Amino acid sequence: MHCVVCIKQVPDSAQIRVHPVTNTIMRQGVPTIINPYDLYALEEALRVRDAFGGTVSVITMGPPMAEAALRKALAFGADRAVLMTDRIFAGSDTLATSYVLSHGIMRLAAEAPVDIVFAGKQTIDGDTAQVGPGIARRLNLNQLTYVEKIDRLDPAADEIVVHRRAEGGVHVLKTELPCLITMLEGSNSIRFASMDDMFRAARAEVTVWSAADAGIEDQTRCGLRGSPTVVRKVFAPKPRQEKAKLIDTAGLGAAEAAPKVIDALLAADSKLADHLAAG
Amino acid sequence: MSAAPTPPRPAGKGPAKPAGRSRELPEHLKAYKGVWVFIELERGRVHPVSWELLGEGRKLADTLGVELAGVILGPDDGSVGAAGADAAAYGADAVYTMEDPILAAYRTDPFTRGLTVLVEAHKPEILLLGATTLGRDLAGAVATTLATGLTADCTELAIDMETRTLASTRPTFGGSLLCTIQTLHFRPQMATIRPRVMSMPDRRDASLPRVVSEALAMEEEQIVTKVLDFIPDRDQDTAHLAYADIVVGGGLGLGSADNFRLVRELAEVLGGEYGGSRPLVQKGWIPADRQIGQTGRTIRPKLYIAAGISGAIQHRVGTEGADVILAINTDANAPIFDFATHGVIADALEMLPALTSAFRRRLDGAARAA
Ligand SMILES: Cc1cc2nc3c(=O)[nH]c(=O)nc-3n(C[C@H](O)[C@H](O)[C@H](O)COP(=O)(O)OP(=O)(O)OC[C@H]3O[C@@H](n4cnc5c(N)ncnc54)[C@H](O)[C@@H]3O)c2cc1C
Ligand SMILES: Nc1ncnc2c1ncn2[C@@H]1O[C@H](COP(=O)(O)O)[C@@H](O)[C@H]1O
Repeated sequence: MHCVVCIKQVPDSAQIRVHPVTNTIMRQGVPTIINPYDLYALEEALRVRDAFGGTVSVITMGPPMAEAALRKALAFGADRAVLMTDRIFAGSDTLATSYVLSHGIMRLAAEAPVDIVFAGKQTIDGDTAQVGPGIARRLNLNQLTYVEKIDRLDPAADEIVVHRRAEGGVHVLKTELPCLITMLEGSNSIRFASMDDMFRAARAEVTVWSAADAGIEDQTRCGLRGSPTVVRKVFAPKPRQEKAKLIDTAGLGAAEAAPKVIDALLAADSKLADHLAAG
Repeated sequence: MSAAPTPPRPAGKGPAKPAGRSRELPEHLKAYKGVWVFIELERGRVHPVSWELLGEGRKLADTLGVELAGVILGPDDGSVGAAGADAAAYGADAVYTMEDPILAAYRTDPFTRGLTVLVEAHKPEILLLGATTLGRDLAGAVATTLATGLTADCTELAIDMETRTLASTRPTFGGSLLCTIQTLHFRPQMATIRPRVMSMPDRRDASLPRVVSEALAMEEEQIVTKVLDFIPDRDQDTAHLAYADIVVGGGLGLGSADNFRLVRELAEVLGGEYGGSRPLVQKGWIPADRQIGQTGRTIRPKLYIAAGISGAIQHRVGTEGADVILAINTDANAPIFDFATHGVIADALEMLPALTSAFRRRLDGAARAA
């Protein structure tokens, strides 16, 4: 089995700050992590390899510093890592990103046929959940999104059965390999990387591919030029016309304040009082 | 790739669409007219987000002076026709339909193919889908096939009259900013919107809509993916946050997983649902389907009580549709007071149980009086 896992390096959201004057994101000094959702994808791929043998390749499109995310993935146990980096990739939206990544995956498939491509449910910075389906379409992979678990995998028959989260329940789907799976959060938890793994990963080779290396001929479909969506403006939300009406409870203990708070709420909206009385 | 399944249709990797290169709206794209809403029909029922989007689509269509249509794919058991009549009641002028037994349960391939056929035949300029697991799966596949722009999880839609294009606003990375995204030179302009972000329009008496149908023209044998089973969620296990009338939410200000009990108790007395901010999910204090906000559930209750929540933009956009928002926070400068309707500066650990007993007394009193 050859599994390819798409991972993205993202800023650690908890620590990101916005410049109060220019409204731009201050990335300097913000630590980066592997997109947390992608770790579920990576762990699932590693489990497939542990059960059936084969290799796990990790691939990312990003700036040269994204190599750190790949090394982390190698420490968790990935066998091979590819960094797709090129100035013409900058500014890619999801359509352009899936275009670039699908070329990288095709190049990997030329070395060893790919059985499953894994992606995270979404990224914490782009947050679109579109790149996975985009890759599946471009490579004609059977698309399985929001997968909670792989129920059965039969590499000999090229068959897979998964549980896919749907509205109000779970779909049990059977399809053929090759397929693309986006894993749902909480479906597994990433294994522990030992000191030894980390030393091994630090010395491992990370393959770097430019657009040309990946066989991308049509450069107009990458980066800003290949992105149909454009960001027209970035702005801070306006406060509501009036600020919250502060309910004055000065000098009151919680027990005396609570009825005042309730009175204020019920006075604000008569329908609310009816609703509570009815409920 | 090993044993690639025969594609029902060459995917986006095939011949580059001319639209994929040019920045000018090419002549043939000027034919794209009208606003379409994908009507999500599953197991005979339409997801309410579809009606919410028709309400919003009506405004966009009126601004542009074009037709509003619902697009419905489903089995040939009459459910598509029934959904079409409902779509008219929620504002659609027309419905574009495709009926085929293959479309009984959602599968990516036939739905992608079906929706793509309809779009290519009838050329809408805007296509809106609910950001459900189905809508997101389908939207990503269709946008790639059509090589057009797709904006996920929008919180506001408008028409930029200068370019006559859709301006989709969504929160952007960083925690306190919004961005407006446009697809200027590609059609259709696609967007997904979460349930409850837009308000539910009123039903009106409507005559039957104009119906335009196309055939799927696929055989079951062509479709590799099979649905073996559907396991419905057990009702008691699922949170009904999105459509609850009363929601009590807790944030990091509660201090510990154990204190979250105070939120649940108030919700129970009020007959409502409970939820929380994203960090609580990440810490494992509450399950993921209880997260309120942009990447969780969007809520539109009559009353939302937010305790110990600072009010970051991702939380705000998920709660702004509430009629009344009461914020309980110790910090008078917390951003939540910028969008709550009511505020009380107090320790949530004291105020929550006090509210629980005061509400309980009120409701008991009301019950006795009745
Ligand atoms: C891509 C992305 C998506 C996100 N999606 C979501 C989302 O969907 N939903 C979401 O909620 N967040 C989301 N977030 C996170 C969001 O940016 C904030 O980090 C988060 O909402 C903060 O949670 P909080 O208000 O509980 O915690 P904090 O910001 O730490 O606020 C705690 C508040 O509690 C108050 N407090 C402290 N003690 C008490 C007390 N005893 N009584 C009363 N008040 C007290 C404090 O004054 C403070 O205002 C997202 C972030 C990113 C980057
Ligand atoms: N630049 C990238 N490099 C590698 N994988 C990516 C990249 N961007 C997105 N992905 C994958 O696509 C998934 C969905 O991303 P998104 O559409 O941005 O929410 C992620 O969880 C990753 O698995």
